Amino acid sequence: MDETNLMVDGNAVAGVLGEVFVHEMTSARVACNGCGEIEPIGAEHAYVQAPGIVLRCCHCEEVLLVITQRGGRYLLGFKESRWLQIG
Amino acid sequence: MARTAVLGRLNWKLGEVVELIDETPRVRSIILDVPEWTGHRAGQHVDVRLTAEDGYQAQRSYSIASPPDQNRLILTVERLSDGEASPYLVDELRQGDVIELRGPIGGYFVWEARIGGPLLLVAGGSGIVPLMAMLRHRAASGSTEPARLIYSSRSFEDIIFREELERLTARSDGVEVIHTLTRTQPPGWNGYARRIDARMLADTAFPPASRPVTYICGPTSFVEAASRALVLLGHEAKRIRTERFGPTGG
Repeated sequence: MDETNLMVDGNAVAGVLGEVFVHEMTSARVACNGCGEIEPIGAEHAYVQAPGIVLRCCHCEEVLLVITQRGGRYLLGFKESRWLQIG
Repeated sequence: MARTAVLGRLNWKLGEVVELIDETPRVRSIILDVPEWTGHRAGQHVDVRLTAEDGYQAQRSYSIASPPDQNRLILTVERLSDGEASPYLVDELRQGDVIELRGPIGGYFVWEARIGGPLLLVAGGSGIVPLMAMLRHRAASGSTEPARLIYSSRSFEDIIFREELERLTARSDGVEVIHTLTRTQPPGWNGYARRIDARMLADTAFPPASRPVTYICGPTSFVEAASRALVLLGHEAKRIRTERFGPTGG
């Protein structure tokens, strides 16, 4: 299968982020450390088929955020997120 | 204190099926009574969790079709032949059944009357669902913001909400709908009969100079093609919001 067809939007991650954060997170803005572009999480590219969730920059495809969960515990890796503006 | 924090997050709620409407041979609307529902915005979705008798759980996201101005929650679901949840929701669910859901979810792919327009909507298949919530909200709120829907379906029978869309355009309050049928067309069809492309969007979308707010929803490849074509035509990428369904389209 063409890998690009697996891509969805940051919207698709809203449920999982809603388990962790009190604020609505698809409107939260994230700055990419790779290209410097700032976008709402809802606009970024998401890959949700892997065991974890990978959020990539919609401009340069750098990995912004990796989320894995197991047994009620969440691991969030903010790879190339320079900052995250919430609320 | 901890309880307040938890209440602020997403909790699973119960929704009772009060009515089921067959929209097309593969699509059904599920009308739910969710006592704990606190309202939503047009374009948001819910997560639905189904639990089998052996405890196995499947969780999927579905767009909300009903406008915020209505007290019943409507999910419109397309049956995917290889799906885990949608065949149950479309074929097995009965009136009176109770399902688990959480939401509303999302705040980015959302349109409200106060956001303004012109409102440009591009739908592929069941990608119409969140966009229909926007059109329904537009009508219910009395907005006269120009709205144009460019809607790609496989065949005439596969057009979801066809009659309601006709009624919305008949109100003559600024809604236009342009259909394209990609696989089969009925005799005498004089509309578009191909996949959405840049040429079609150049002819049908609001011009870039009118700076429409744009929402595109459908399978990933559809959304990619439509959003790239609009940017190519000179539309601002930042005014285009997308919701990709992934490879299967819903």
